[in-house]
Amino acid sequence: MTQPAAATRSLVIEREMPHPPEKIWRALTQGPLIEEWLMKNDFQPVVGHRFNFRATPMPHWNGVTDCQVLVVEPNKRLSYSWNASGEEAAKGLKTVVTWTLTPTKGGTHVRMEQSGFRPEEEANYQGASYGWQQFVGGLERVVAGLK
Amino acid sequence: MRAVPDRLFKSLADPTRRAIFERLARDGEQTVRALTDRAGVSQPAVSKHLAVLKLAGLVRDRREGRETHYSARPQALKPLIDWMSLYAAFWRERFDRLETLLNRMDQ
Repeated sequence: MTQPAAATRSLVIEREMPHPPEKIWRALTQGPLIEEWLMKNDFQPVVGHRFNFRATPMPHWNGVTDCQVLVVEPNKRLSYSWNASGEEAAKGLKTVVTWTLTPTKGGTHVRMEQSGFRPEEEANYQGASYGWQQFVGGLERVVAGLK
Repeated sequence: MRAVPDRLFKSLADPTRRAIFERLARDGEQTVRALTDRAGVSQPAVSKHLAVLKLAGLVRDRREGRETHYSARPQALKPLIDWMSLYAAFWRERFDRLETLLNRMDQ
């Protein structure tokens, strides 16, 4: 089923980094460097290239994210799809991650947008399993806020 | 609607209880005895923790002969799952790692 654009939400994370865009571009597009800060991968900076990010598998989640390179504008913009994999692929997460690098006086403004979140998939089973792993870290803080 | 997440959070706020739930989620169904062997607390204490987890819907029990087997129900975490906030936390942490890497890289 196609979703109207209004039914999806986007997440934006932005940060100023005291490094030139060229250097950040390398960290975003060279497989071994990507692995150091994000995940194991077989990324290639070629539009149309299909690749995976691989995290540690756990029950009910194979740890794999299916991706395809959508945009490569060296030192400026990089975009890839970020989708659920395996048996969850059909009804799971279907998003697009876009990196935008803008030179500034002291370095680079780094913007990451993940778009295409659909409210109905927030409650899927894989989400619950994956969410557990992600959410443990912040639990004490959240619980403290309940008082 | 607040009541459900509150009960879930509170049931997982205790570190021993959380460890029991994580073990069941990771390793699959186990008996109270097997859980006690690794929990570092007494069997009655483990049973009490399991009762709280069961009340929150986080575990399910199954009797077989004289033993009760427990398994995790990670889908009970649904009310807590918001993909966007999870990914927000995920990406912020990865941004930190990216900066650490950039600081180590040559120009």
